Amino acid sequence: MAGLEIQLIAVIVSVACALPGTFLVLRKMSMMSDSITHTILLGIVLAFFITQDLSSPFLIVGAAAIGVVTVWLTETITKTGLVSEDSAIGIVFPLLFSIAIILITRYAGSVHLDTDSVLLGELAFAPFDRMIVFGKDIGARAIYTSGFLLLLNVGGILLCYKELKVATFDPMLAAVLGFSPALLHYGLMTMISLTAVGAFEAVGSVLVVAFMIGPPATAYLLTDDLKKMLFLSAVFGAASGILGYQLASILDVSIAGCMAVITGLLFFITSLLAPHRGILAVWMRKRRQRKEFTEVTLLLHICNHGDTPEVQEENGVNSLTNHLHLEPRKLRRSLHSLIEKGEVKRCGSLYVATDIGMRRAEETERTLLNTQ
Amino acid sequence: MRGGFDMKESVYAVEVHDLTVAYDVKPVLWDIDLEIPSGKLAAVVGPNGAGKTTLIKAMLGLLKPVSGAVRFGNIPDEKHRKNRIAYVPQSGSVDWDFPATALDVVMMGRYGHLGWFRRPGKIERQMAYDTLEKVGMRDFASRQISQLSGGQQQRVFLARALIQQADIYFMDEPFKGVDAQTEKSIVRLLKELKRQGKTVIVVHHDLQTVADYFDWVTLINLRVVANGPVEAVFHEKNLSMAYGGRGLLLKGVV
Repeated sequence: MAGLEIQLIAVIVSVACALPGTFLVLRKMSMMSDSITHTILLGIVLAFFITQDLSSPFLIVGAAAIGVVTVWLTETITKTGLVSEDSAIGIVFPLLFSIAIILITRYAGSVHLDTDSVLLGELAFAPFDRMIVFGKDIGARAIYTSGFLLLLNVGGILLCYKELKVATFDPMLAAVLGFSPALLHYGLMTMISLTAVGAFEAVGSVLVVAFMIGPPATAYLLTDDLKKMLFLSAVFGAASGILGYQLASILDVSIAGCMAVITGLLFFITSLLAPHRGILAVWMRKRRQRKEFTEVTLLLHICNHGDTPEVQEENGVNSLTNHLHLEPRKLRRSLHSLIEKGEVKRCGSLYVATDIGMRRAEETERTLLNTQ
Repeated sequence: MRGGFDMKESVYAVEVHDLTVAYDVKPVLWDIDLEIPSGKLAAVVGPNGAGKTTLIKAMLGLLKPVSGAVRFGNIPDEKHRKNRIAYVPQSGSVDWDFPATALDVVMMGRYGHLGWFRRPGKIERQMAYDTLEKVGMRDFASRQISQLSGGQQQRVFLARALIQQADIYFMDEPFKGVDAQTEKSIVRLLKELKRQGKTVIVVHHDLQTVADYFDWVTLINLRVVANGPVEAVFHEKNLSMAYGGRGLLLKGVV
């Protein structure tokens, strides 16, 4: 039962993270999620000092506010032109996070604000924190908090789908059309911050980053359609949650760790095997193109020298190798393939292009000249 | 008319008054005053770094000027702007790997008319198909945008602007990196827009074609060097003032 609840929480959290994460990946802002998931701790600590209550909803408000401050500060530093954006993240993230750590150790030592659980979370304990309504146990609390988060994110993205799409693709057009890119940007960043706060208690900030970036990056390899990308991100996120839990049970190790590992593994497997953009597919396509190119080069050579006085030397069965500077094995293979297709034939001691070969050569020459 | 903006019907599509734009302390545009009449095909011409793109962006309110004001003749206030003005940015300004088809991108042109939260539907889709047809890209509607050539991408951007059914079109180097055939069809579309009474303002690089394609020209280099009908202001003297007198710039034009 606890296992089922843990998987349910993981699935909900991962989908809630993957959906806004898709826009982060498309905006090339992945590392911002890493920064935000850590700096929100400062917001939680500061809000805690004010409210003195660890369960106050103001902690979430404080965290979300610091998330937005993180983005603003990073962008302001970047805009000075003194450092690049990745350096700005590298400055803001440790600064705010460390202030939070110092504040916790100095002033909140007796309170349960454990820095380890911030980083790694403790999914295994999530089922122990129950949601009790009218004295009745209706499931783990985290199911409800993360479920609320998921609804919020799905609702926000459904409502502003076209606005987020245009502001991500072409912020200038969005501005001209009356959709303030800054408003949408900070709206999305607030969503990311809220998600991070809501999720990290259950799964820890490292897994939040893994869920926000891994599944969308994997989905990006498989589709050219934003809606499908969002859907696939959710599927990959959910799969990471379930598979990660199973792996952790088998190995008896950290649940969050295994889920993060699965998000990475899914990415690597997909990057290898994806039908169009996968490493394997690209390699095979290049190989085929190289082969075709060699064939065409050979065919053009045979055609071009077919009716010149040096034909015996240029296209001779024994001397052809000397003129194309091709590896003999490669040349033989290409010749063989050309002869098989009926584009070249052997005529005594000469290679001669057939009519079919001539036509292909002409066509190739035309297209090559057209596309330069 | 001069000296201030009154709210009467204006013969000008765009009026710019005392516009200065600076990045940090370096001025990019200095005290620009110009008017472009309605219904013109206007070229904005000047050397690299003269501030052509900046001028367009400042006119569109995409960046904040140090001083000055821009007024669109017959558009009363900012609220109405979004559906009356279309913008075609340089094609290099967006990420073409974005997961969208040509049709998706063209439909974005209707977003302004839809307003916040309303989704595009059948009508917008049909409009997008029709507009793609107009730029000769109907067969590429479902093609992912990164799979299009530079010229095809430019046509998609053009279609996205056309579908806005605006009054004023701003285009930032629409001929950059396109093949001769695309250039011809873009010119045809520009002239078609002019026939419909629209104003088109184009950042343009090729001095040789200015007289053929346009009937109004704004020469800038930090300041306005000349602004007027092509036949009146587009001559060697003004050009050498704008380009700093580097010998003859026009072939076969006196």
